[in-house]
Amino acid sequence: MSFIQIKDLHVHYPIRGGFFNTVVDHVYAVDGVSMEFEKGKTYGLVGESGSGKSTTGKAIIGLEKITSGQVIYEGEDVTNKRRTRNSAFTRDIQMIFQDSTSAMNPRKRVQDVLAEPIRNFMNLSPTEEKRHMIELLEIVGMSEEALLKYPHEFSGGQKQRLGIARAVACKPKMIIADEPVSALDLSVQAQVLNFMKDIQTEYGLSYLFISHDLGVVRHMCDHISIMYKGRFVEQGTKEDIYKHSKHVYTNRLLSAIPTIEPETRFERKMERRAVEQAYRENAQKYYDADGKVYPLQVISATHKVAMSAAEKEAQ
Amino acid sequence: MWKTIVRRILIMIPQLIVLSLIIFWLAKLMPGDPLTGLVTPETDPNRIEELRELAGWNDPWYVQYWNWVTNALQGDFGTSYAFKDSVSSLIGERALNTLWLSLFSVILLYLIAIPLGIYAGRYQGTWFDKGTVLYSFITYAIPTFVLGLIFLFLFGYKLDWFPTSGTVDVKYDPGTWDYVWNKIYHLILPGITFALLGTTTIIQYLRSEVIDAKTQDYVKTARSKGVPMKVIYSKHIFRNSLLPIAAFIGFTITGLLGGSIFIETIFGYPGMGQLFIQSLGQRDYSVITALVLLFGFLSLLGSLISDIVMSIVDPRIRID
Amino acid sequence: MERGNILNTSKELLKIENLHTSFRIKDQYYAAIEDINLTLRENEVLAIVGESGCGKSTLATSIVGLHVANNTKVDGQILYNDQNLATLKEDQLNKIRGNDIGFIFQDPLAALNPLMRIGDQITETLKYHTKLSEQERQKRVLELLDQVGISHPERVARQYPHQLSGGMRQRVVIAIAIACKPKIMIADEPTTALDVTIQAQILDLLNDLQEETNSGIILITHDLGVVAEVADRVAVMYAGQIIELASVEELFSHPKHPYTRSLLNSIPQVDHDQDRLEVIHGMVPTLTKMPRTGCRFAPRIPWIDPSKHEDNPSLHEISPEHFVRCTCWKDFHFEHEEGGLNHELHTN
Repeated sequence: MSFIQIKDLHVHYPIRGGFFNTVVDHVYAVDGVSMEFEKGKTYGLVGESGSGKSTTGKAIIGLEKITSGQVIYEGEDVTNKRRTRNSAFTRDIQMIFQDSTSAMNPRKRVQDVLAEPIRNFMNLSPTEEKRHMIELLEIVGMSEEALLKYPHEFSGGQKQRLGIARAVACKPKMIIADEPVSALDLSVQAQVLNFMKDIQTEYGLSYLFISHDLGVVRHMCDHISIMYKGRFVEQGTKEDIYKHSKHVYTNRLLSAIPTIEPETRFERKMERRAVEQAYRENAQKYYDADGKVYPLQVISATHKVAMSAAEKEAQ
Repeated sequence: MWKTIVRRILIMIPQLIVLSLIIFWLAKLMPGDPLTGLVTPETDPNRIEELRELAGWNDPWYVQYWNWVTNALQGDFGTSYAFKDSVSSLIGERALNTLWLSLFSVILLYLIAIPLGIYAGRYQGTWFDKGTVLYSFITYAIPTFVLGLIFLFLFGYKLDWFPTSGTVDVKYDPGTWDYVWNKIYHLILPGITFALLGTTTIIQYLRSEVIDAKTQDYVKTARSKGVPMKVIYSKHIFRNSLLPIAAFIGFTITGLLGGSIFIETIFGYPGMGQLFIQSLGQRDYSVITALVLLFGFLSLLGSLISDIVMSIVDPRIRID
Repeated sequence: MERGNILNTSKELLKIENLHTSFRIKDQYYAAIEDINLTLRENEVLAIVGESGCGKSTLATSIVGLHVANNTKVDGQILYNDQNLATLKEDQLNKIRGNDIGFIFQDPLAALNPLMRIGDQITETLKYHTKLSEQERQKRVLELLDQVGISHPERVARQYPHQLSGGMRQRVVIAIAIACKPKIMIADEPTTALDVTIQAQILDLLNDLQEETNSGIILITHDLGVVAEVADRVAVMYAGQIIELASVEELFSHPKHPYTRSLLNSIPQVDHDQDRLEVIHGMVPTLTKMPRTGCRFAPRIPWIDPSKHEDNPSLHEISPEHFVRCTCWKDFHFEHEEGGLNHELHTN
């Protein structure tokens, strides 16, 4: 059973113009997306820059004002609720950012960075608090000495792990990770991804993993949504998306990913060209008159694909 | 773009109304009035009351404000009690003096600051750069009145190279070259003081912009094209580094009319700054309110000019 | 692929011999790259791969002297057309930059001057290397924009960088690089800032351009996927040295150096599942703390017996055209392959 439901989420930004600076149009950053999250699962949210994937993540956690739609947490409507100290939602849903350097106050020591969520949400004595922080550092593979250091004294991978430590400090139920590894080198990225998996098994966490990297998403996620221009074009299990993708945009993304098999590069280039051509020729089949993605249609128990009603009939 | 300019000017109207209300209210809050200074034990209290009634100071505030505004809109800001002259002509004459002084200083300021800033940034770490930084720290640290007094004492009194007050000697006839030259002669000392003290910000800004620009990728691209370094400086770095200076240009232009209270007072130069200080001392509030309103208007205008200039020099900024 | 064999016989464009580049930090010089020996042939894509701090970008900028001159020291030979680029003066280099060697940068927005029209940024190259008249230059700009796949050249030439999308900007940067039909193109992470679909387009474009001009491309990247997609030969760099050099097929099918093998095992793959990714212990040493003797990768594979490393590791040709530094690869195995310690606990 899902514990968080996102229902028909919209985030629109007004565009102002004209003589009186009135709202002339909107940017449909997120334009009607729905998701459900179950405990202990990882959900991937994939899209290219400008697709609205980060905005979706921020809107769910409350960092972005939701224009319409609902976020329901354990039966309670938490849409546009202010993130206050005593709300369970605020405590249980945490976020990791791509750039943990700018997400940490450079003038605060690690112990202060970590103590913040602990003091907000847990009633611990100073000794208990310290013990808890040391435990957290151990989880992310760091020693106690780190407590007295400042963020800039750590490498990129270490900082990202500190970001994770801060996020898991109050035993959250879900972490929204916005491109958590895209700024990291390969070997460091592997380290962070492994940690994220370990912590998941330990705490039964759920992740919403926002990324443009389909390789990383495949490695991490059980369930994947592909986003384009504020809407989902395809939603399904790892299997559905990577083996039986239906939407042309998903195919485009998949065919564009380089693999580490130089022998097949020629075939893949040909495949890519074929997909691009199919995309150009049949674009109107996949997008409606306004160039927007069609609503999702259910094609199997787990798999949904955006298509017109007529197309659905034909299947 | 024209739409935005018109809209911005229209928005200035309510801003100015609010400003004028605040100024009017503050002026009324000042203890005493222009007559306070004239009162002696022998003065007849009835006569003072009569004068007050005549000046309209016993009317309710909104009547006074309304009279003031309607007159001001017709260019009549009342009469100065201290100078016994109409405020508009008083300000007009001073404003011209201030304009000359400011124009002279600003030209001098840019002439000094731009090359120093650019070269200090270009030859970062050299003796020239270190000297420039030292110079800008010194000018930053010295208060205006200290440098002003030193110059006045040294070049005005001790060496007697420059006049120590006024705008022009009375013996010259307006319109002659001697007259113009004598005016410039009077500008030199206050102008240099003003310019030297103003260079700090521009030097520091430019220097760090140039140092920053040197490491930018577009400079690397230009180098990879085979463009010689001196062309890169003149074509790429120079223009890009001047952007923040351009952002200030509106305020600088309107600041020209504001004048400098310290410089004008120290050098006895009859401009707006000096007028402001004198009027404050004499509670000459018809002059004060007019001046403050003018300064307020100028800063609104300055920000508009800055925005327009920025949209012209930086294609990334677009006002429509 | 047959292509690799043709390459061995094609003409050498650039030969780098024993190149060292050092940076001055607090009055002391530290070598950022050492002992670099490479050749680039006509029609070849030579990839330089490594993680941040391995010296790959330093290598790229050293070739045409693009670093800040007064705190950098470049020793060794960079032979191009019987000239040693490392010893040339700035004005001599300026004749080669943009004309014989074109450069493509990582971030196309930063690489273009924000205050200059696209057309002017391209003509600048032509101005210094060709005798074309102003009108001819304008015509050439439109040709170039068309060649890099920009659909409205006249309009784009008049636009400013911020008005274009990321992919378009990178096309413009490429147009600048190829303006004078250079023999060599150096592309420093040309697709890192772009989305995958755009990345694929840009890589295809580079391939097509190369087919037309027979130029040699040096591709600097951290992305092994990109390497597998376009490279002919690959040099893997670690801590300022080349640690493995081979043809792309050889490198991906028979990687030898422990670093190469670890990197390949740390990539999450799209087409097969793996539970855990390989983690490399420790960190890349910083410039000032770089070990100057022994195998530089040794501290990161502590379970390998120290005697397996060479004292002064050099590149060995272990099979034709396949070079590996140090001898430790012969005895290398992943830590978990022995079923030893739980490797995650040692990553700090």
